[in-house]
Amino acid sequence: MNALRLINDDTPSFVLEMIFQLKVKDVMTRDLMTADRQTSLRSIQHMMKAKAVTGIPIEENKRLFGIISLEDIIRALEGGYIDDPAEQRMTRNLIVLEEDMPLSFAINYMDKYRYGRFPVLNIRKELVGIITSRDIINKLLMRINEEMTQLEDKLVREPDHTMDSYHKTFICHRFDFENAGRASTEIKKYLKGLDLDRKLIRRAAVASYELEINLVVHSQGGTLMFEAENDRIRLIASDQGPGIADVDEVMKEGFSTANDWIRSLGFGAGMGLPNVKRVSDVFSIKSRPGVGTTVLSEIAIKKGESDEDR
Amino acid sequence: MKIGDLEKKLGYAPLWEGYEDREVLDGYTSDLLSDVMGNAPDESVLITIQAHKNTVAVATLAGINAIVLSNNRPAPDEMIEAAREEGIAVFRAGDNQFTASWRIHELLSR
Repeated sequence: MNALRLINDDTPSFVLEMIFQLKVKDVMTRDLMTADRQTSLRSIQHMMKAKAVTGIPIEENKRLFGIISLEDIIRALEGGYIDDPAEQRMTRNLIVLEEDMPLSFAINYMDKYRYGRFPVLNIRKELVGIITSRDIINKLLMRINEEMTQLEDKLVREPDHTMDSYHKTFICHRFDFENAGRASTEIKKYLKGLDLDRKLIRRAAVASYELEINLVVHSQGGTLMFEAENDRIRLIASDQGPGIADVDEVMKEGFSTANDWIRSLGFGAGMGLPNVKRVSDVFSIKSRPGVGTTVLSEIAIKKGESDEDR
Repeated sequence: MKIGDLEKKLGYAPLWEGYEDREVLDGYTSDLLSDVMGNAPDESVLITIQAHKNTVAVATLAGINAIVLSNNRPAPDEMIEAAREEGIAVFRAGDNQFTASWRIHELLSR
Protein backbone atom coordinates (compact mmCIF):
# COMPACT_ATOMS: atom_id res chain seq x y z
CA MET A 1 0.00 0.00 0.00
CA ASN A 2 2.95 2.32 0.55
CA ALA A 3 3.48 2.79 -3.14
CA LEU A 4 -0.08 3.91 -3.65
CA ARG A 5 0.01 6.36 -0.78
CA LEU A 6 3.19 7.86 -2.08
CA ILE A 7 1.69 8.44 -5.46
CA ASN A 8 -1.42 9.83 -3.88
CA ASP A 9 0.46 12.39 -1.84
CA ASP A 10 2.87 13.79 -4.32
CA THR A 11 1.56 13.73 -7.84
CA PRO A 12 -1.28 15.39 -9.68
CA SER A 13 -4.54 13.54 -9.44
CA PHE A 14 -4.40 12.40 -13.05
CA VAL A 15 -1.51 10.07 -12.26
CA LEU A 16 -3.62 8.38 -9.65
CA GLU A 17 -6.55 8.26 -12.04
CA MET A 18 -4.30 6.69 -14.62
CA ILE A 19 -3.31 3.92 -12.27
CA PHE A 20 -6.94 3.08 -11.72
CA GLN A 21 -8.02 3.50 -15.32
CA LEU A 22 -5.21 1.52 -16.91
CA LYS A 23 -5.58 -2.23 -16.81
CA VAL A 24 -2.84 -4.76 -16.38
CA LYS A 25 -3.35 -5.82 -20.01
CA ASP A 26 -2.63 -2.24 -21.21
CA VAL A 27 0.79 -2.31 -19.63
CA MET A 28 2.03 -5.93 -19.68
CA THR A 29 4.47 -7.39 -22.16
CA ARG A 30 2.62 -9.75 -24.50
CA ASP A 31 5.61 -10.87 -26.48
CA LEU A 32 6.55 -13.66 -24.11
CA MET A 33 9.57 -15.85 -23.90
CA THR A 34 8.56 -19.14 -22.26
CA ALA A 35 9.96 -22.62 -21.74
CA ASP A 36 8.30 -25.98 -21.12
CA ARG A 37 8.75 -28.15 -18.04
CA GLN A 38 11.47 -30.31 -19.57
CA THR A 39 13.73 -27.40 -20.61
CA SER A 40 17.01 -27.46 -18.72
CA LEU A 41 17.98 -24.58 -16.47
CA ARG A 42 21.06 -24.14 -18.64
CA SER A 43 18.94 -23.51 -21.75
CA ILE A 44 16.82 -21.10 -19.74
CA GLN A 45 19.93 -19.28 -18.64
CA HIS A 46 20.90 -18.88 -22.31
CA MET A 47 17.41 -17.60 -23.16
CA MET A 48 17.67 -15.01 -20.40
CA LYS A 49 21.02 -13.88 -21.63
CA ALA A 50 19.93 -13.66 -25.29
CA LYS A 51 16.75 -11.69 -24.55
CA ALA A 52 18.03 -9.76 -21.51
CA VAL A 53 15.15 -10.89 -19.29
CA THR A 54 15.29 -11.93 -15.66
CA GLY A 55 12.35 -14.35 -15.49
CA ILE A 56 11.01 -17.09 -17.76
CA PRO A 57 7.50 -18.54 -17.22
CA ILE A 58 7.26 -22.31 -17.54
CA GLU A 59 4.27 -22.92 -19.74
CA GLU A 60 2.70 -25.59 -21.93
CA ASN A 61 -0.30 -24.88 -24.17
CA LYS A 62 -0.88 -21.57 -22.41
CA ARG A 63 -1.09 -23.27 -19.02
CA LEU A 64 1.28 -21.77 -16.50
CA PHE A 65 3.19 -24.21 -14.28
CA GLY A 66 5.79 -22.04 -12.65
CA ILE A 67 8.53 -19.52 -13.19
CA ILE A 68 12.31 -19.61 -13.28
CA SER A 69 13.96 -16.39 -12.17
CA LEU A 70 17.54 -15.23 -12.43
CA GLU A 71 17.91 -16.02 -8.70
CA ASP A 72 16.90 -19.64 -9.41
CA ILE A 73 19.62 -19.81 -12.05
CA ILE A 74 22.25 -18.39 -9.70
CA ARG A 75 21.25 -20.91 -7.06
CA ALA A 76 21.45 -23.70 -9.65
CA LEU A 77 24.96 -22.65 -10.63
CA GLU A 78 26.05 -22.55 -7.00
CA GLY A 79 24.34 -25.84 -6.21
CA GLY A 80 25.65 -27.57 -9.34
CA TYR A 81 22.26 -28.57 -10.76
CA ILE A 82 22.16 -26.28 -13.77
CA ASP A 83 21.31 -29.23 -16.10
CA ASP A 84 18.14 -30.14 -14.20
CA PRO A 85 14.84 -29.67 -16.02
CA ALA A 86 12.86 -26.57 -15.08
CA GLU A 87 10.07 -28.66 -13.59
CA GLN A 88 12.24 -29.76 -10.67
CA ARG A 89 13.45 -26.32 -9.63
CA MET A 90 10.84 -23.79 -10.65
CA THR A 91 8.85 -21.66 -8.24
CA ARG A 92 5.40 -23.20 -8.18
CA ASN A 93 3.54 -21.07 -5.69
CA LEU A 94 2.98 -18.24 -8.03
CA ILE A 95 1.28 -14.95 -7.44
CA VAL A 96 -0.47 -14.07 -10.67
CA LEU A 97 -2.46 -11.12 -11.90
CA GLU A 98 -5.52 -11.14 -14.11
CA GLU A 99 -5.40 -9.07 -17.26
CA ASP A 100 -8.52 -7.07 -16.44
CA MET A 101 -7.30 -5.94 -13.02
CA PRO A 102 -6.55 -2.24 -12.65
CA LEU A 103 -2.88 -1.33 -12.73
CA SER A 104 -3.15 -0.29 -9.09
CA PHE A 105 -3.34 -4.01 -8.21
CA ALA A 106 -0.05 -4.70 -9.91
CA ILE A 107 1.67 -1.83 -8.07
CA ASN A 108 0.13 -3.04 -4.85
CA TYR A 109 1.31 -6.61 -5.45
CA MET A 110 4.86 -5.57 -6.22
CA ASP A 111 4.98 -3.75 -2.94
CA LYS A 112 3.34 -6.53 -0.98
CA TYR A 113 5.15 -9.58 -2.37
CA ARG A 114 8.48 -8.03 -3.34
CA TYR A 115 8.57 -9.82 -6.69
CA GLY A 116 9.95 -7.99 -9.69
CA ARG A 117 7.49 -9.58 -12.12
CA PHE A 118 4.09 -11.18 -12.21
CA PRO A 119 2.66 -13.53 -14.84
CA VAL A 120 -0.70 -12.37 -16.17
CA LEU A 121 -3.60 -14.75 -16.90
CA ASN A 122 -6.81 -14.15 -18.79
CA ILE A 123 -10.27 -15.17 -17.63
CA ARG A 124 -9.70 -18.74 -18.91
CA LYS A 125 -6.55 -18.97 -16.76
CA GLU A 126 -4.32 -18.92 -19.84
CA LEU A 127 -0.94 -17.18 -19.68
CA VAL A 128 -1.20 -14.01 -21.77
CA GLY A 129 1.64 -11.80 -20.54
CA ILE A 130 4.07 -10.74 -17.90
CA ILE A 131 4.28 -7.43 -16.07
CA THR A 132 7.40 -5.87 -14.50
CA SER A 133 7.95 -2.63 -12.61
CA ARG A 134 9.81 -1.44 -15.67
CA ASP A 135 6.71 -1.93 -17.85
CA ILE A 136 4.70 0.09 -15.36
CA ILE A 137 7.15 2.96 -15.15
CA ASN A 138 7.50 3.11 -18.93
CA LYS A 139 3.76 3.15 -19.49
CA LEU A 140 3.12 5.78 -16.81
CA LEU A 141 5.85 8.02 -18.18
CA MET A 142 4.40 7.68 -21.66
CA ARG A 143 0.93 8.52 -20.41
CA ILE A 144 2.15 11.50 -18.38
CA ASN A 145 3.95 12.71 -21.46
CA GLU A 146 0.79 12.38 -23.54
CA GLU A 147 -1.21 14.21 -20.87
CA MET A 148 1.35 17.00 -20.74
CA THR A 149 1.37 17.39 -24.51
CA GLN A 150 -2.41 17.59 -24.55
CA LEU A 151 -2.36 20.07 -21.70
CA GLU A 152 0.17 22.25 -23.50
CA ASP A 153 -1.72 22.12 -26.79
CA LYS A 154 -4.86 23.13 -24.95
CA LEU A 155 -3.13 26.10 -23.36
CA VAL A 156 -1.57 27.25 -26.58
CA ARG A 157 -4.62 26.71 -28.76
CA GLU A 158 -7.14 28.35 -26.52
CA PRO A 159 -6.85 32.06 -27.17
CA ASP A 160 -9.42 34.01 -25.27
CA HIS A 161 -10.53 36.40 -27.94
CA THR A 162 -13.07 39.07 -27.20
CA MET A 163 -13.81 42.42 -28.82
CA ASP A 164 -11.37 44.56 -26.90
CA SER A 165 -8.91 42.14 -25.40
CA TYR A 166 -6.85 39.18 -26.52
CA HIS A 167 -4.61 36.98 -24.53
CA LYS A 168 -2.54 33.92 -25.12
CA THR A 169 -0.03 31.95 -23.12
CA PHE A 170 3.02 30.38 -24.73
CA ILE A 171 5.10 27.67 -23.11
CA CYS A 172 8.87 27.98 -23.42
CA HIS A 173 11.15 25.05 -22.67
CA ARG A 174 14.72 25.23 -21.45
CA PHE A 175 17.23 25.10 -24.32
CA ASP A 176 14.50 24.66 -26.94
CA PHE A 177 16.31 26.77 -29.53
CA GLU A 178 14.36 24.96 -32.24
CA ASN A 179 11.20 26.84 -31.30
CA ALA A 180 12.72 29.97 -29.81
CA GLY A 181 11.16 33.01 -31.43
CA ARG A 182 7.95 31.26 -32.36
CA ALA A 183 5.85 32.97 -29.69
CA SER A 184 7.23 36.39 -30.63
CA THR A 185 6.58 35.75 -34.33
CA GLU A 186 2.99 34.87 -33.56
CA ILE A 187 2.57 37.92 -31.33
CA LYS A 188 4.00 40.15 -34.02
CA LYS A 189 1.67 38.72 -36.66
CA TYR A 190 -1.31 39.33 -34.39
CA LEU A 191 -0.27 42.94 -33.75
CA LYS A 192 0.26 43.55 -37.46
CA GLY A 193 -3.36 42.54 -37.97
CA LEU A 194 -4.42 45.30 -35.56
CA ASP A 195 -2.94 47.92 -37.86
CA LEU A 196 -0.79 49.51 -35.17
CA ASP A 197 2.15 51.83 -35.65
CA ARG A 198 5.19 49.97 -36.98
CA LYS A 199 7.46 51.25 -34.26
CA LEU A 200 5.06 50.12 -31.61
CA ILE A 201 4.97 46.64 -33.11
CA ARG A 202 8.75 46.62 -33.21
CA ARG A 203 8.91 47.52 -29.51
CA ALA A 204 6.51 44.72 -28.65
CA ALA A 205 8.55 42.33 -30.80
CA VAL A 206 11.78 43.30 -29.03
CA ALA A 207 10.20 42.80 -25.60
CA SER A 208 8.54 39.49 -26.42
CA TYR A 209 11.61 38.09 -28.17
CA GLU A 210 14.00 38.94 -25.36
CA LEU A 211 11.63 37.56 -22.73
CA GLU A 212 11.12 34.40 -24.76
CA ILE A 213 14.84 33.89 -25.29
CA ASN A 214 15.50 34.49 -21.59
CA LEU A 215 13.08 31.69 -20.75
CA VAL A 216 14.81 29.36 -23.20
CA VAL A 217 18.39 30.28 -22.29
CA HIS A 218 18.26 30.95 -18.56
CA SER A 219 15.16 29.42 -16.97
CA GLN A 220 14.16 25.86 -16.19
CA GLY A 221 11.22 26.59 -18.47
CA GLY A 222 8.24 28.85 -18.11
CA THR A 223 5.45 30.73 -19.80
CA LEU A 224 5.15 33.93 -21.79
CA MET A 225 1.74 35.49 -21.43
CA PHE A 226 0.65 38.03 -24.01
CA GLU A 227 -2.32 40.35 -23.64
CA ALA A 228 -3.52 43.03 -25.98
CA GLU A 229 -6.11 45.49 -24.76
CA ASN A 230 -7.43 48.70 -26.28
CA ASP A 231 -4.80 50.87 -24.72
CA ARG A 232 -1.91 48.56 -23.93
CA ILE A 233 0.09 45.46 -24.73
CA ARG A 234 1.12 43.42 -21.74
CA LEU A 235 3.76 40.70 -21.59
CA ILE A 236 4.42 38.61 -18.52
CA ALA A 237 7.24 36.06 -18.50
CA SER A 238 7.28 33.74 -15.52
CA ASP A 239 9.49 30.78 -14.87
CA GLN A 240 10.07 28.11 -12.26
CA GLY A 241 13.68 28.95 -11.52
CA PRO A 242 16.53 29.18 -10.95
CA GLY A 243 15.84 32.80 -9.98
CA ILE A 244 18.19 35.78 -10.00
CA ALA A 245 20.29 36.66 -6.98
CA ASP A 246 21.07 40.25 -7.91
CA VAL A 247 18.36 41.84 -10.06
CA ASP A 248 20.23 45.16 -10.40
CA GLU A 249 23.17 43.36 -11.93
CA VAL A 250 21.19 41.67 -14.73
CA MET A 251 19.72 45.06 -15.66
CA LYS A 252 23.20 46.34 -16.55
CA GLU A 253 24.03 46.19 -20.23
CA GLY A 254 26.72 43.65 -20.97
CA PHE A 255 26.12 41.51 -17.90
CA SER A 256 25.40 37.92 -18.88
CA THR A 257 25.65 34.50 -17.31
CA ALA A 258 25.33 32.68 -20.65
CA ASN A 259 27.96 30.03 -21.33
CA ASP A 260 30.13 29.74 -24.42
CA TRP A 261 27.92 27.51 -26.52
CA ILE A 262 24.92 29.76 -25.92
CA ARG A 263 27.05 32.76 -26.92
CA SER A 264 28.12 30.90 -30.05
CA LEU A 265 24.47 30.92 -31.09
CA GLY A 266 24.48 34.69 -30.83
CA PHE A 267 22.78 34.95 -27.48
CA GLY A 268 24.12 36.13 -24.15
CA ALA A 269 25.05 39.65 -25.22
CA GLY A 270 23.86 40.93 -21.87
CA MET A 271 21.32 43.15 -23.57
CA GLY A 272 18.14 41.17 -23.11
CA LEU A 273 16.52 42.71 -20.06
CA PRO A 274 17.90 46.21 -20.73
CA ASN A 275 16.34 45.97 -24.21
CA VAL A 276 12.99 44.98 -22.71
CA LYS A 277 13.12 47.85 -20.23
CA ARG A 278 14.02 50.36 -22.92
CA VAL A 279 11.01 49.53 -25.10
CA SER A 280 8.53 49.26 -22.22
CA ASP A 281 6.35 51.98 -20.71
CA VAL A 282 5.95 49.92 -17.57
CA PHE A 283 8.63 47.42 -16.56
CA SER A 284 9.10 45.37 -13.44
CA ILE A 285 11.08 42.31 -12.46
CA LYS A 286 10.68 40.15 -9.40
CA SER A 287 12.88 37.21 -8.64
CA ARG A 288 13.66 34.82 -5.83
CA PRO A 289 16.60 32.46 -6.07
CA GLY A 290 15.37 28.88 -6.05
CA VAL A 291 11.81 29.93 -6.80
CA GLY A 292 11.65 31.80 -10.08
CA THR A 293 11.44 35.07 -11.92
CA THR A 294 8.53 37.12 -13.22
CA VAL A 295 9.04 39.98 -15.64
CA LEU A 296 6.28 42.39 -16.63
CA SER A 297 6.45 44.63 -19.66
CA GLU A 298 3.68 46.97 -20.73
CA ILE A 299 3.59 49.07 -23.86
CA ALA A 300 0.95 51.75 -24.15
CA ILE A 301 -1.01 51.95 -27.38
CA LYS A 302 -1.58 55.55 -28.35
CA LYS A 303 -3.99 55.54 -31.25
CA GLY A 304 -3.97 58.38 -33.76
CA GLU A 305 -0.61 59.86 -32.83
CA SER A 306 2.66 58.62 -34.15
CA ASP A 307 4.72 56.69 -31.66
CA GLU A 308 7.91 58.40 -30.59
CA ASP A 309 11.17 56.85 -31.67
CA ARG A 310 12.86 54.58 -29.17
CA MET B 1 19.39 49.60 -53.38
CA LYS B 2 17.38 46.45 -54.05
CA ILE B 3 17.96 43.07 -52.45
CA GLY B 4 18.84 41.73 -55.91
CA ASP B 5 21.84 44.08 -56.09
CA LEU B 6 23.61 41.89 -53.54
CA GLU B 7 23.55 39.16 -56.14
CA LYS B 8 23.92 41.24 -59.32
CA LYS B 9 26.43 43.85 -58.22
CA LEU B 10 28.37 42.10 -55.45
CA GLY B 11 28.16 38.51 -56.67
CA TYR B 12 26.80 37.12 -53.41
CA ALA B 13 25.09 33.75 -53.80
CA PRO B 14 21.39 33.56 -52.87
CA LEU B 15 20.69 30.50 -50.72
CA TRP B 16 17.13 30.26 -51.97
CA GLU B 17 15.66 31.52 -55.21
CA GLY B 18 12.51 33.49 -55.83
CA TYR B 19 12.73 36.02 -52.98
CA GLU B 20 10.76 39.23 -53.41
CA ASP B 21 13.18 41.88 -54.68
CA ARG B 22 12.38 44.54 -52.11
CA GLU B 23 14.07 47.87 -51.47
CA VAL B 24 16.82 47.90 -48.80
CA LEU B 25 17.17 51.21 -46.96
CA ASP B 26 19.97 50.53 -44.50
CA GLY B 27 22.41 47.97 -43.19
CA TYR B 28 23.54 46.54 -39.86
CA THR B 29 26.53 44.41 -38.93
CA SER B 30 26.44 42.28 -35.80
CA ASP B 31 26.59 38.72 -34.51
CA LEU B 32 24.74 39.35 -31.28
CA LEU B 33 21.07 38.72 -31.77
CA SER B 34 19.96 41.01 -28.95
CA ASP B 35 22.02 43.78 -30.45
CA VAL B 36 20.40 43.18 -33.84
CA MET B 37 16.98 42.98 -32.23
CA GLY B 38 17.40 46.21 -30.35
CA ASN B 39 19.30 48.33 -32.86
CA ALA B 40 19.04 47.15 -36.47
CA PRO B 41 17.09 49.65 -38.62
CA ASP B 42 13.90 48.67 -40.43
CA GLU B 43 14.11 47.47 -44.05
CA SER B 44 17.79 46.76 -43.65
CA VAL B 45 20.27 44.09 -44.67
CA LEU B 46 21.99 42.23 -41.83
CA ILE B 47 25.65 41.29 -42.29
CA THR B 48 26.56 38.50 -39.90
CA ILE B 49 28.40 35.22 -39.42
CA GLN B 50 25.52 33.92 -37.31
CA ALA B 51 24.25 31.23 -39.69
CA HIS B 52 21.42 29.88 -37.60
CA LYS B 53 17.64 29.58 -37.67
CA ASN B 54 17.38 32.05 -34.78
CA THR B 55 18.93 34.73 -36.97
CA VAL B 56 15.94 34.38 -39.29
CA ALA B 57 13.55 34.73 -36.33
CA VAL B 58 15.30 37.92 -35.25
CA ALA B 59 15.32 39.27 -38.81
CA THR B 60 11.60 38.65 -39.10
CA LEU B 61 10.88 40.39 -35.81
CA ALA B 62 13.22 43.29 -36.43
CA GLY B 63 11.94 43.99 -39.96
CA ILE B 64 15.18 43.02 -41.69
CA ASN B 65 14.75 42.23 -45.40
CA ALA B 66 17.90 40.28 -46.17
CA ILE B 67 20.73 38.45 -44.42
CA VAL B 68 24.30 38.26 -45.75
CA LEU B 69 26.41 35.48 -44.26
CA SER B 70 30.01 36.60 -44.49
CA ASN B 71 33.20 34.57 -44.85
CA ASN B 72 31.32 31.90 -46.82
CA ARG B 73 29.70 30.59 -43.68
CA PRO B 74 27.60 27.56 -44.60
CA ALA B 75 23.92 27.84 -43.64
CA PRO B 76 22.08 24.86 -42.19
CA ASP B 77 19.09 23.65 -44.24
CA GLU B 78 16.68 24.52 -41.47
CA MET B 79 17.85 28.12 -41.57
CA ILE B 80 17.25 28.32 -45.32
CA GLU B 81 13.87 26.67 -44.90
CA ALA B 82 12.86 29.14 -42.17
CA ALA B 83 14.03 32.07 -44.31
CA ARG B 84 12.01 30.85 -47.27
CA GLU B 85 8.92 30.55 -45.06
CA GLU B 86 9.37 34.07 -43.72
CA GLY B 87 10.31 35.53 -47.09
CA ILE B 88 13.73 36.74 -46.00
CA ALA B 89 16.47 36.59 -48.64
CA VAL B 90 19.74 34.98 -47.51
CA PHE B 91 23.09 35.31 -49.29
CA ARG B 92 26.50 33.76 -48.84
CA ALA B 93 29.40 36.16 -49.29
CA GLY B 94 33.09 35.39 -49.67
CA ASP B 95 33.86 38.79 -48.13
CA ASN B 96 34.47 39.18 -44.44
CA GLN B 97 32.13 41.35 -42.37
CA PHE B 98 34.22 44.49 -42.75
CA THR B 99 34.50 44.23 -46.52
CA ALA B 100 30.88 43.16 -47.00
CA SER B 101 29.68 46.08 -44.86
CA TRP B 102 31.87 48.51 -46.77
CA ARG B 103 30.72 47.25 -50.18
CA ILE B 104 27.04 47.27 -49.18
CA HIS B 105 27.43 50.77 -47.78
CA GLU B 106 28.75 51.84 -51.17
CA LEU B 107 25.60 50.51 -52.87
CA LEU B 108 23.34 52.10 -50.27
CA SER B 109 24.87 55.56 -50.68
CA ARG B 110 24.70 55.60 -54.47
